[in-house]
Amino acid sequence: MDPLIRLEKVTCRYGKEPVLINVDLEVNAGDFVGVVGPSGSGKSTLLKTIAGSIAPIAGRIHREKGTAIGYVPQVETVNWFFPSTVREAVLMARLGGRVMPWSSKADVAEAESVLERLGLAGLGDRHIRELSGGQQQRVFVARAMLRRPKLLLLDEPTSGVDVRTRHDVMHLIHELHHDGLAIVLTTHDLNGIAAHLPQIVCLNREVIATGSPRDVIRSDVLERTYGAPLEVLVHGGMPVVVEQYPGYDEEQEGARVLPLREGHHEHPA
Amino acid sequence: MNTLLEPFGYGFFRHALMVSVVAGGLCGLVGVYVVLRGMSYIGHGLSHAIFGGAVAGAALLGGAAGASLGVEFYLGAGVFGIGAALMINRIARRRTIGADAAIGVVTSAAFAFGIAIISTQTGFRVNAEAILFGNVLGVTLVDVFVVAAVAAVIALTVFLQYRQLLFATFDPEVAEVSGVSTERTDAILALMLAATIIATMNVVGVMLIAAVLVIPPVIARLLTDSFHRMLWISVGVGAALGFVGVYLSYYLNVSSGATVVLTGAALFAVVYAWSAVKGRRAMVDALDAHQ
Repeated sequence: MDPLIRLEKVTCRYGKEPVLINVDLEVNAGDFVGVVGPSGSGKSTLLKTIAGSIAPIAGRIHREKGTAIGYVPQVETVNWFFPSTVREAVLMARLGGRVMPWSSKADVAEAESVLERLGLAGLGDRHIRELSGGQQQRVFVARAMLRRPKLLLLDEPTSGVDVRTRHDVMHLIHELHHDGLAIVLTTHDLNGIAAHLPQIVCLNREVIATGSPRDVIRSDVLERTYGAPLEVLVHGGMPVVVEQYPGYDEEQEGARVLPLREGHHEHPA
Repeated sequence: MNTLLEPFGYGFFRHALMVSVVAGGLCGLVGVYVVLRGMSYIGHGLSHAIFGGAVAGAALLGGAAGASLGVEFYLGAGVFGIGAALMINRIARRRTIGADAAIGVVTSAAFAFGIAIISTQTGFRVNAEAILFGNVLGVTLVDVFVVAAVAAVIALTVFLQYRQLLFATFDPEVAEVSGVSTERTDAILALMLAATIIATMNVVGVMLIAAVLVIPPVIARLLTDSFHRMLWISVGVGAALGFVGVYLSYYLNVSSGATVVLTGAALFAVVYAWSAVKGRRAMVDALDAHQ
C-alpha cells in the first residue's frame, strides 16, 4: 500500500534562511508519529509542508490521491476574543461545495455528531473562550475532523496546558488513532508525550534520527538534535530524559536553583 | 408631527437619507473584517491616500471646483485608493514589515504624491471641504445609485466568499492549510475597503470615514459573541446611524458626517456601559451559584 505522504529530500526556506533541509519522511495509514526538536527546528514548517500550505524549494512530495488532511494549530495562536461560537468555529472547516454562506442541516448535524464524539455535546452555542483548556483543544480537533481526514496533524497539542489536560488531550488523540487515523504531532515534551509514541522523528532543520523511543531517545541523538548534552535514564523499560539547568546545584539537599552569578543581577545591591 | 416629517418633503434630504443608510450599512459590513483583523488604522490611512488621489485627479484632469464631486475626483480616488490598498496588502504579507507600518508608508506617500501634483498646478483651486468632511446634502439620485451598486457588489462578494473570508480572518494559518488562498481573501478585502471609502466619501468625508468603519462593528461586538450575528448587527447599526445622524443634522444644523460619527460614539458609550454592567451582573450571579 502506498504511504499517505512521502517527502523526498524536501528543502523549505523562509526568505534566505533554510528551515528544512533534505527531509525524508513517510507517513502510512495508521501511523502515529511524534516530531521533536528545539524551537526553530522546523517542526511547524514540516507540518505545513505535509499539509501543502508551504511549497518546498527542492525535493518532492507525494500524497496519496484523496488524502484529506486535518490540521490542529497551537491553541496559543488562537484569537480567543474573536466572535465565534463553538459550532461556528467547527463549521469553518466545511468550505467547499456550497454557495450559501450558512451551513446545511447535514453539515450542522455532522458538526454536532463530531462535538458529541469529542465530549463537547451541548456546548455548540458557547463562545470558544468560555471553555476549559482541554475543551478548547477539542474544538480545534473537531474542526479538523470535519474535513474527514485520513491524516491528522497537530502542532504542539499539549503546549501550555496542565498535566490533567495534557492527559485528556493525549487520551483523545490515542482514541482517534485507534479509530484508524494517521497522526503526526509536534511536541517539546520528551518524557510526557514523545516517549509514549510508537515513532519519533528528531528534527533540527534536517532529520537527525527516526525510530521508536528506545531507538532515538538516547543521549547522543538528543545532543545532536538539541545541541546540548541531555542525560537519558531507562526506567521501567522506558527512556527518561533528565533535564538539568546550568547553575542547578545537585549537591545541595533538596531542589533549589542557585542565585544568579554576580554581575548578572538585574538590580545589584 | 408635521415638523418631524418636514425634511422628508425635500428631494435633497431624501437622497441624503437613502445614501447615508446604504453607506452606513456598507461600512458596517466591511468594518467587521477591518476590526476583527486589527486593522482599524487602515480606514484612516486609505482615506488619506484617496484624498490625495481625488485632488490629484481633479488637478490633472481639470476638475471643477464645485460642491459635488466629479468623475475626475472618483478616477483619481479610485486609482490611488485601489493601488494603495493592494500595495499595503502586498507589503504587509512580508513578515518583516507589519500591516500598520505598510499602511503608514503607502498611504502617507500617496497623500504626499497628491499634494505634490497639486503644488505643480498653478492657479488650481479645489473645494477640498466636500472630500474632507462630506457633502451628503449635495448628492444626486445618480450618487445614490452608485453607492447602492457598490454596496450590492460588495454584499454579493461577502455572500459568495463568506466562509473563506471568515476562516482567513479568524485563523489565516489554518485557513491556508485548509485550502483557502489568504492572499486572495486579503486582496478581496483590500479592494472592498477601497471601494467602500471611495463610494462613501461624499457622505461622511474622508476625515471621518475611519470612525464609520469602526464604530458599528465595535458596537456589534459588544452585543454578541457570534460572528454571523455580529455581521448583521453591524450592518443594522451602520444603517441606523446613517439615518439618525443625517436626520439629526437637519435640525441641529451641524455637518452630517460629524453628526453620524457623534451619534455612533454616543451609542457606543451607552452599549459599552450596558455591557460592563451586564458583565458584572453575570460575574456576581456566577459567584452566587458557586457558593
